[in-house]
Amino acid sequence: MHAANILNLGLKELRGLARDPGMLALIVFAFTISIYTASTAMPEQLNKTPIAIVDEDRSPLSTRIVDAFFPPFFLPPTLIEQPDVDRRMDAGLDIFALDVPPDFQRDLLAGRRPTIQLNVDATRMNQAFVGSGYVQSIVAGEIESFLRHYRAYTPAPVELALRSRFNPTLTISWFSAVIEVVNNITMLSIILTGAALIREREHGTIEHLLVMPVTPLEIMAGKIWSMALVVLAACTLSLLFVVKGLLAVPIEGSVALFLAGAAVHLFATTSMGIFLATVARSMPQFGLLLILVLIPLEMLSGGTTPRESMPLVIQYLMLAAPTTHFIMLAQAILFRGAGFETVWPHFVAIAVIGALLFGLALARFRKSVGETA
Amino acid sequence: MMEAPQQAGFVARLHGVGLRYGPVTALDSIDLDLPAGGIVGLIGPDGVGKSSLLSLVAGARRLQTGRVEVLGGDMARGRHRRRVCTRIAYMPQGLGRNLYATLTVAENIDFFARLFGHARAERERRIAELTEATGLAPFVDRPAGKLSGGMKQKLGLCCALVHDPDLLILDEPTTGIDPLSRRQFWDLIGRIRAARPGMSVVVATSYMEEAAAFDWLVAMDAGHVLATGSPSELLTQTGTHSLEAAFIALLPSQRGHGYRPVEIPPRDPERDGEVAIEAQGLTMRFGDFVAVDHVDLRIDRGEIFGFLGSNGCGKTTTMKMLTGLLPPSDGQARLFDQPLDAQDFETRRRVGYMSQSFSLYGELTVRQNLELHARLFRLPEASIAGRVEEVARSFELTDVLDSLPPTLPLGRRQRLSLAVAMIHKPSLLILDEPTSGVDPIARDEFWRIMIDLARREQVTIFISTHLMNEAERCDRISLMHAGRILVTDTPAALVARRSAGTLEEAFVAWLQEASGAGTDPGREAAAAPAVRNAAPPRRRGLFDVRRMLAYSLRETIELARDPIRATLALLGSVLLMFVIGYGINMDVEDLTFAILDRDETTTSRDYALNLAGSRYFVERPPILSHAELDRRMRTGELSLAIEIPANFARDIARGRTVEIGAWLDGAMPMRAETARGYVLGMHAAWLAATAVAPAPAGIEVRFRYNPDVKSLVAMVPAVIPMLLLLIPSMLTTLSIVREKELGSLVNLYVTPVSRLEFLIGKQLPYVALGMVNFLLLTLLAVTVFGVPLKGSFAALAAGAFIYVVAATSIGLVFSSFMRSQSAAIFGTTIGTLLPAMEFSGMIDPVSSLQGIGAAIGQAYPMTHFLTISRGAFSKALGFADLQASFAPLLIAVPVLIGLSALLLRKQET
Repeated sequence: MHAANILNLGLKELRGLARDPGMLALIVFAFTISIYTASTAMPEQLNKTPIAIVDEDRSPLSTRIVDAFFPPFFLPPTLIEQPDVDRRMDAGLDIFALDVPPDFQRDLLAGRRPTIQLNVDATRMNQAFVGSGYVQSIVAGEIESFLRHYRAYTPAPVELALRSRFNPTLTISWFSAVIEVVNNITMLSIILTGAALIREREHGTIEHLLVMPVTPLEIMAGKIWSMALVVLAACTLSLLFVVKGLLAVPIEGSVALFLAGAAVHLFATTSMGIFLATVARSMPQFGLLLILVLIPLEMLSGGTTPRESMPLVIQYLMLAAPTTHFIMLAQAILFRGAGFETVWPHFVAIAVIGALLFGLALARFRKSVGETA
Repeated sequence: MMEAPQQAGFVARLHGVGLRYGPVTALDSIDLDLPAGGIVGLIGPDGVGKSSLLSLVAGARRLQTGRVEVLGGDMARGRHRRRVCTRIAYMPQGLGRNLYATLTVAENIDFFARLFGHARAERERRIAELTEATGLAPFVDRPAGKLSGGMKQKLGLCCALVHDPDLLILDEPTTGIDPLSRRQFWDLIGRIRAARPGMSVVVATSYMEEAAAFDWLVAMDAGHVLATGSPSELLTQTGTHSLEAAFIALLPSQRGHGYRPVEIPPRDPERDGEVAIEAQGLTMRFGDFVAVDHVDLRIDRGEIFGFLGSNGCGKTTTMKMLTGLLPPSDGQARLFDQPLDAQDFETRRRVGYMSQSFSLYGELTVRQNLELHARLFRLPEASIAGRVEEVARSFELTDVLDSLPPTLPLGRRQRLSLAVAMIHKPSLLILDEPTSGVDPIARDEFWRIMIDLARREQVTIFISTHLMNEAERCDRISLMHAGRILVTDTPAALVARRSAGTLEEAFVAWLQEASGAGTDPGREAAAAPAVRNAAPPRRRGLFDVRRMLAYSLRETIELARDPIRATLALLGSVLLMFVIGYGINMDVEDLTFAILDRDETTTSRDYALNLAGSRYFVERPPILSHAELDRRMRTGELSLAIEIPANFARDIARGRTVEIGAWLDGAMPMRAETARGYVLGMHAAWLAATAVAPAPAGIEVRFRYNPDVKSLVAMVPAVIPMLLLLIPSMLTTLSIVREKELGSLVNLYVTPVSRLEFLIGKQLPYVALGMVNFLLLTLLAVTVFGVPLKGSFAALAAGAFIYVVAATSIGLVFSSFMRSQSAAIFGTTIGTLLPAMEFSGMIDPVSSLQGIGAAIGQAYPMTHFLTISRGAFSKALGFADLQASFAPLLIAVPVLIGLSALLLRKQET
């Protein structure tokens, strides 16, 4: 292995990328507009949720309940008749339908514990879960304050002071901005190294390198350090100017430590890019492979839904993916302000996975060089 | 042949025709009348505008300025092009560029015959006739991609002649073909013309020997016409004896000036006889195919050794083995008396290699390319600048050191390749067709440099070529055929051994002998295709189902021959369904929590048990201090921490208000939000159970359609629409962009197929694939995932069909913007993934979106099929209930297809 060759081959990649405006535009897009839209376009858990109310009571209390639903969590409630509930829900018009029964207020004041019915379209999972909790607490709150006006009402003696740490208002955009950065690091590093290798193969330049005193290891290492550097630089700028600056996401921990983690992660993903490029025979196959690899990586690493809710088998399998550890590392450092003494196991895990991927990619690359030349 | 073509009038007339590619002028105000009825040749080096001119005449390229009249009409007018395209046949440059590599010979011809509307019996008759005439009959079932170069060109000719054209346009039909195949090709053209005397042929060529046999010539250079006339007229005009010399004489003075023939000084008889290359029994097998079969070679130091043979005969493979790029399957090679070892960098440093196509970095400047290679060959850093200057001077590249190679003319680029191969002063140069496509002047300069290296610096040169005049300059040559070396000797000795007049004749004689008795495409049928104008194809309207189906059939065959693509598409969606079905899971379970219990009473433990007993929470060892709480939350070990204050039980008993502290890990807000709901609910339940505070009113929650609120039941009907969008649209986009990149889109330009026939024809197989996918995913949903299909399957399937048509149409629209396959991959992913995941109501209902996202969501087909899918799966709905969602899909299909037809060009721009 010759360090100067790795340096020169890497510089060559950087020069080549600098002359590819399309790729550069893609990188800039991925680390600016894409992150901005992904974190702002996603509505907060509940946003303008359609709700319908059947008011069979028509009392001051039921009017109060109707008025308690307003934007941005809910759309202004549609007042409907009982027979319409099923039809509207079938058509997907409402996610919630609240049915206030006749004589509700009278029964309540009489202490008869009347019951309100809440219909939820459970095919809309996200809203069904979170929203029904909201609807219940809004209704309960209205009933409670209504009762206070009429008689001495004693609140519950045990209160629960529930606070969220690291993101007190549970602002989703903070989370999705960081996850989008993480996803784009993975996506771009795989695409850049993989496409760089396939392009060299399609243009025949790889042969040229191989008749020179250059080893496959040096060729691979040259691509890895240069492409990783590009993605790392883009990610640093994006974190500082888009995430911290434009989106004003408070970052608790050390950005430098996170970038160190990103560098280790890039070692693993760029190796993966090389590996995929040696498996694919052409650009279209690389494209299909890319989708098949990227979607599981993004969906099952704990960035889209919590790892805890996945089947155990998947949880264990995904421990073999560098993204799983990188997302844990990113959350710990950026949101929880964890230091190296806390996150070092993730560093080790990613480095080990990276070394394995690198070895695998190198073996395949050496073999494919013999076949395709 | 000289039958006064002028009398037959003109087949094409060009007036003031100009063409620019960006800043580059390809044709500069050309005025030209091409006589009908004979063979018209366009001669000139590479890149002077011959191809551009031919594509304008064929109607394949859009006219920019001037006027082109072909067969008596204006080619700028679409109606005239449609009318005459059935009378024109166009064979573009590049071996088999408009053919389909995975289709067999018969299927290729059949496809073209269908495009021109021939009925089955007629097609079969023509395939039999054409393959018989061209000698392809024994190979009708061989895929076009596996034919040799000469056979590919014959197949191209079959496809071109399938509709009895009056004008045959051939763009460099014999470039890169061995002399025997070349000769057979022209014999064939001659016989076809004899059978169809009225047919005009227009040919571009860079072989002057061929051009000498044409009726009328157009000499071109740098987008201008230098001269026109019959070959003898051109010779008379310039006072020369060969067309090559005549062409050089016609060139503007600054280019032709100072030209002198290449002189080859004899080799030094006192040479030491050191052997540079020695190979014995060198063999390369790819599977069953023997590419190189026991080749023996012995090349002396300082020798110029030529390597001749047809395409695919094993020349390149042999050269690659000698550079160490390919480890031989058998046999051995020695370079400079050392066994060839690919790992031996010392040997590599003594060898310079130049591959067949230009393979330097187009994105690096000339200087950067030279410097990079100098560094990789580990020249001392201090000497690099000097060495770069030196080679730049000797290869006349000094003035372009800071240019990018793609902007240089081909001849210059080839010199750069040679300079790079020479940068480390190798003692052996292996050059694979270094002068292919280079004009005669540049070629001679190239040779002067090589001769100089060989004679003065004792550099051994191993060069392959198709050109006989280059072969004649070599010290010795080898003829290769089908992986074997036929003969090796000096050019003069070879001519003498066959008692032939020229080296070419000698070569042809050897090849004919080698190809032997009737197993080769060289076997010529005696008869020319008996072209009977039987049953001229019926004129057809603007939309012809048969032409459309021709494209569908072809696409289906291609798909069937690339099983990896279809398998990836089907298996891929199954895999992704599992991933997303399990991955997007809203019910959060097994959240970790721990308690900091400062009370340690039965009541406080009861509170903890209440949480630990649910399926949502898993208890971890208790927390002992605030510092520990902080640390364990930071590592992410705990999602929830509960602090129960001291005197908790006592205060409750005394009726004092107490406060339990609870901290959620907010690093993942969705999870925290759900966890919060659980904690609040369980807190209330605990209060009610311990009868501390019963609620004044009850709220009864009914989860409709999915009473257990299972994520799978909710997600699976949403995943199917997403997968039916992503993969079919990607495949459709790629299928069209691929034709753009590989060049077969030209068949759309020059055949009667209309844009709609082309688009829908290509789309249909992917609609079928999408429907297979739909059935597979639905079956999987019902069986493996256990999601019941409560509503109408007919409604779901009908919706899926319209939706898949819409999804593939989205692919058609994308394809009109993309030029390269990699751009198509990125573009289609971005254009489908984001709307599918975020704007179509998969997770958040469209009504809750804002701004552009909401607008896209309302119009996007997936939104509506999602409603149909959820309705049919979970809500037990049928056609009547889902009408409102069918309407937008039915509107989307014609709009999308119409849009892509508008965006697709029927001519190259």
